[in-house]
Order: sequence, then C-alpha cells, then structure tokens
Amino acid sequence: MAPILEYTLKSIVLLLIGAGGFAYMTLVERKFIGRLQSRIGPNRVGPFGLLQPMADGLKLIVKESITPAQADKLIFFIAPAISVIPALIIFAVIPFGNSPWLNLAANINIGVLYVLAVFSISVYGAVLGGWSSNNKYASLGGLRASAQMISYELALGLSLVAVVLMAGSASLNQIVQYQHPGNILGWLIFRQPVAAVLFAITAMAELARSPFDLVEAEQELTAGFMTEYSGMKFALFYMSEYVKMIAMSALFTTFFLGGWSGPGAQDSWLLSLIYFGIKMLVCLLAIVWTRATLPRFRYDKLMAFGWKVLLPIGLANVMVTALLIVLRVPGYR
Amino acid sequence: MTPELLSFIILAIISIAAAIGMITSRNAVYAALFLILNFGTVAVMYLMLNAPFLAIIQVSVYAGAIMVLFLFVIMLLGAERLNERETRPVMRWHRPLAIVLGAFLLALALYVLLTRLGQSTASVNVFGAGPLEIGLQLFGPYLLPFEVASVLLLVAMIGAVVLTREK
Repeated sequence: MAPILEYTLKSIVLLLIGAGGFAYMTLVERKFIGRLQSRIGPNRVGPFGLLQPMADGLKLIVKESITPAQADKLIFFIAPAISVIPALIIFAVIPFGNSPWLNLAANINIGVLYVLAVFSISVYGAVLGGWSSNNKYASLGGLRASAQMISYELALGLSLVAVVLMAGSASLNQIVQYQHPGNILGWLIFRQPVAAVLFAITAMAELARSPFDLVEAEQELTAGFMTEYSGMKFALFYMSEYVKMIAMSALFTTFFLGGWSGPGAQDSWLLSLIYFGIKMLVCLLAIVWTRATLPRFRYDKLMAFGWKVLLPIGLANVMVTALLIVLRVPGYR
Repeated sequence: MTPELLSFIILAIISIAAAIGMITSRNAVYAALFLILNFGTVAVMYLMLNAPFLAIIQVSVYAGAIMVLFLFVIMLLGAERLNERETRPVMRWHRPLAIVLGAFLLALALYVLLTRLGQSTASVNVFGAGPLEIGLQLFGPYLLPFEVASVLLLVAMIGAVVLTREK
C-alpha cells in the first residue's frame, strides 16, 4: 500500500501547487503587464495587492452560474473540467529537482510521448465548451481552437523529436541528466537552438496565448469558446490556461534550460528546486512579455505559418540532427 | 478476486457500454465522445498488459489526433443531427450485407477466442516493451510492412492534396 499512498500524496501536492500557481500567476501577469505599460497594476487588496487572487476567486465562486437555455447541458457542465485535467496531469512527468521525491514519474521512458499525448487531448475542453454553448461566437472559437492545435502540435512534436535524438532517451529525467549538470553550454538551447525556438513558438500557439490567441479574439469573437461561461466554470477555463502556461514553462526548462541543474545542484535538493523555479519563472515572464509586445496573427497567416514555415523547419531540423548523430560529429553524442 | 481482474472487469464494462453508446447515439458529437471513451479504456488495457508505449500511442493518435479531426468535421458541417429524410438508406442492400459481415466477424472472433482459451499470453509480453524495442522490431523484421504502410499513407496524402487543389 505504501507506493499508492506516496503517489496519492505527491499528486495532491502537485494539484495544490497547480491551483496556487494559477492564482498567483494571474497576479504576476497583471502586475508585470502593468509595469510594461507604465501602470502600477493591482495594489489595493492586501499588501502589494497580494490578496487580489483571493478576492477574484471569492467573486467567481459567489457569482451566478448561467447555463444558456439552448445549450447541451451535460457537455456544457463537464467541458471546463475536461479542459483543466490535461493541464494538471502534465506535471506528473516533470522532474522538479534531483531528489526522487521531487517528481512523480519523471523516470518513465516514454515521458516525452506522454507529454505529447496529453497535449493532443487538451483541445477537447475548448472544442466541447464552444460547441455545447450553442452560440456562434463560441462555436467559431472552438473550431479555431481545434484547427490551430492540430496544426501546431506537429511542429511541437518535431521539435521534441530532435531533443529525444540528442539525449537518446524519452525520459525527462534522462534529458536533464544528459544536459551535463553544472555546465551551461550543455543546455540543449545552445546545442538545439532551432528546436528551442520551434518549441517556444508552438508552445505559445498550444497555449492559445497572444500572438496566437485567435481562439478568444475579443474584437471578432467576444471571448471565443468561453463566451457563455460564467462563475466557477469560467474560472476553470482560466485555470487551465494558466496551469498550461506553468507546465509549458516547466517543460521548456526541462528540455532546453538544463532542468534543475546548476552549480551545486547535484548535492542539494533545495538548490536544484530553486534553480528549477528561477528558470521556470524566467520562462513565464517571457510568455507574459510576449503578450504585452506582439499583436495578434491573422487567421490565414496563422495556418500558413504553422504548415508552411514551422513544419518544414522542424522536419529539416530532425533530419540534420539525425545525420549529425549518425556521422558521430563531436557534441552530438 | 485479484485487483487486476477486478479492474479489468470494470474497464471491460465501461468499454462495452461506451461502444454501445457510440452506435446508439442519435447525436454525432455524443457518438464521437463515446468512441473517445472507448479508445481511452483500450489504452488503459494496454497499460495493464505492460505495454505503456502502445497505451500512449493509442491516446495520442486515436483519442487525440483522429478524434479531434472527427469532432472538427462534425462541428464544421453542423452535422450533429440528421433528419429522417437524410438518414433513410440510399442503398437498400447495405444493411443486410452489414449484418452478414458483422455476424461473420463475430463468429471468427469467437472461434479464435474459444480455440485459444487457456493458452499462454506470453506473446503479449513481447510487446510489453518500450519505444526502443518496438522501433527495433519495426525497422528489423517488420521493415517491409512498415514501408508499405508509409507508402500507402503518402499516396492518401497526395490524393487529398490533389482533390483539394484549386483549379
């Protein structure tokens, strides 16, 4: 019974971290975007606005939850949950530190495939939410979500193929170990820069965050697939977006920034956890920064960019990487 | 009753219920969702057979990629519910033929099940392996079927491109 207890406890802690991370990520984003736009951001609730997420959460809980009369009631009700579950279960394979108890299943040898499988099912929440609302804007948002995610998943997968080729393993822990802990030049961002850029762009598209937020483009679609949602169901959609953001940052850290590695991280679990947290926070801030900087893509440009630019680059990168490895070029295994 | 048997029975019930739900749903979106549930239970069965790689592929290819496309097309065409006129069979002979073929398939499956009952499931454990072993099998003994399948997929892809190309 001991392993079951251990996994249950770890899972509960991960879920709590996901929920807490969501709450405070909203505050970080609002503060950071405020500063980027020469504003102060929320600072009224609690010291430095630190209680703002609590106030937001309380407001959403007590708000009336409205279901449209023509909606498909059952699917309308479960779509937010379908959306948030894939976002949360990505954390299962991420190594947060060098100690065995700082991860749930980071050693499984199909970790990368697990991540891709979870991404491929994560679109259902948006699609079903949009369809079940029986609203034109929502349906269009849901359709856009599915088309966009199918298109960008391929390039995302190809960028990870290059990573797996380099590390010779699909286990996330092995990928971190491979990046020579302690030597910054061992990070895959320096040895697979094309894959890193590809992953960063496609991850942003998978998150449906600007400049790829056509799924919820305010000017055209009000709020896209979330148009008819209110109260806690709306909050769950928001939660899935922010938890996915955190998960993507953790994945980028693991694949390209050396994961938990850093000076002295081999011997101290605390240091490894701190390094991981710092790298992840940098990625998160970069995502917010992108949102504050770039305008939105046009829809046809988005599709053309995914299929005609990112996919060929990804394929070429995989071919070149494989060739270099087969030819035993130094630095490529 | 061992925990494995118990979980298998629960899974099997969900799986069969989802399959029945799929063919009896009047709403195509519900049918697609039941099919996704069915694929999910099959994936868990692969996990129980010690084949995590197959389980993950089952989820990402079938439950993920293919079913997202199905849902996309159903929603894009607004074809959730067909009215009576549209569901009336165009080809009168295809229902009887489907019944005959279905009965044949069922008989074949039952024959295999009954004749192989009690034999060891060791052959399953060969596939209870990671991506490395499956890759070696695919590019070793099964190279020809693998290449034939990829040529077939390529032909289908070129066909789709030709059909959708603007004049």
